[in-house]
Amino acid sequence: MIELENVGYNYGGGELLSDVSVKLAPGSFHFLTGPSGAGKTTLLKLCYGALTPTSGRVRAMNMDVRGLDRDQMAHLRRRVGVVHQDCRFLDHLSVIENIALPLTVAGKDLSQEDANLRELLTWVGLSQRADALPPELSGGERQRAALARSVILSPDVIIADEPTGNVDWDMSQRLLQLLVELNRMGKTILVATHDMSLIRAAKKQVQARVLRISARQLHQAGADL
Amino acid sequence: MSEGRLRKLIMGDAQADRVVPPSGFTAQLTLFVAGAMAFLAVFALALSLASGRLATRWADELARAATLRINAPAEQRLAQTEAALTILQQTPGVASARALSDTEQAALLAPWFGSSLVLDGLPVPQLIEVIEDDPGYDGTGLRLRLQAEVPGAVLDDHTRWRAPLVDAARALRRLGTVAILLIAGATAAMITLAANAALAANAQVIEVLRLVGALDSYIAHAFIRRFTLRALGGAAAGMVLGMIGVWLMPAASNEGGFLTGLGFQGWTWGLPLLIPPLGALVAFVATSRAAKKRLGDLA
Repeated sequence: MIELENVGYNYGGGELLSDVSVKLAPGSFHFLTGPSGAGKTTLLKLCYGALTPTSGRVRAMNMDVRGLDRDQMAHLRRRVGVVHQDCRFLDHLSVIENIALPLTVAGKDLSQEDANLRELLTWVGLSQRADALPPELSGGERQRAALARSVILSPDVIIADEPTGNVDWDMSQRLLQLLVELNRMGKTILVATHDMSLIRAAKKQVQARVLRISARQLHQAGADL
Repeated sequence: MSEGRLRKLIMGDAQADRVVPPSGFTAQLTLFVAGAMAFLAVFALALSLASGRLATRWADELARAATLRINAPAEQRLAQTEAALTILQQTPGVASARALSDTEQAALLAPWFGSSLVLDGLPVPQLIEVIEDDPGYDGTGLRLRLQAEVPGAVLDDHTRWRAPLVDAARALRRLGTVAILLIAGATAAMITLAANAALAANAQVIEVLRLVGALDSYIAHAFIRRFTLRALGGAAAGMVLGMIGVWLMPAASNEGGFLTGLGFQGWTWGLPLLIPPLGALVAFVATSRAAKKRLGDLA
């Protein structure tokens, strides 16, 4: 699905990541962890093409990300669902319109997708909040709405950046449950988090691998979590 | 652009329209600019057409008539007039030549000497009215021949005072055309600025749209459609107001001269109808270019 080969990234003020190689196999579940500022978000952005590596190669869906033009990049984004740390909603549109946004921009007829949309809203538990505006949502509701938006186009890969960053334990369990269900449906999942208890809870349900960034390198964490 | 895309751009996409938040103030400014510019364009067009008409009329009417004046002692006058008329009849390019009668000459002088004037006692030159054919006669050749055979004849084809008037009218028409081009350019510049402002103000929205997989063309169309429609609407309103203004001008009359002739005549009333579509086209091109450049700069 997504493959990084000897990837390095340099913000201009020194190297943030160097010689990172990892392969996300179809149907796998990965956690990415590490201290704040270690480069978790940067690594995720490299995976979905928001950043291009300063060295090495990133392949997504068997395409070299570096060689993609802007339109090809847009098509790649439709095949990789991303839950951003700050959710990234359009505040003038209702929750349901935000969730349907990937359908809208892909030129799909929303009236045909209505049943799917409603089902998805029920799955993330937001059917009562469909017409609310994003600023009116709680942290947990925003994260669930962002997750719903990331899966609306039925992508093969879902990348989530600190999805449980601003929510309480019960809510993070609920979000984890949704991610686990997606993984059981065959989706490849990559979640960045620094919440160790979340990782432990996940390991009881799925075979999750843990990647840790330290000293600019990516390491496979052992089973000692 | 394919037919389908063009139709989509005109008909619009209700969902796509909602994606970019409405921008009240820029929208009103764009409408106002398009309206004001269309209003000015109507007047520039009217000025250009009217001075064009004037230049043609002056050039035509005055070029077709000339006057031959025979200054000769009374006893030779009749003979010289006869000779001049014969020469004129033989000259190719002269449609007709006619000696003015004493009554007509007296009428011409009446404003200065009163109607009771008797010409017999005065050394008034004989006037011959020459009407030119199409193509006209060779003025220099005619003058040389008259000089040789009718020494008292002076040919006045009005060129001396006609030329500067025609030049002035043509210059006015050129100015009108330049004004229309400047108006189009200024409209393009202002719409580019407005579009850039709208794109900058919506940078966050654009970023989110890119993140969820929107193509640049999708985002650009949302903006292009808006600005094109605003320019079309504003220009239509400005054009209607401008045309009402021109229509309310007094009709052309001899007394008013040039000023009252400022307007449209006949089919030229249809010309201002081109202003709104052209304004929309200018907005379309300006917004397309601005969007393309802006989106290219974004990550």
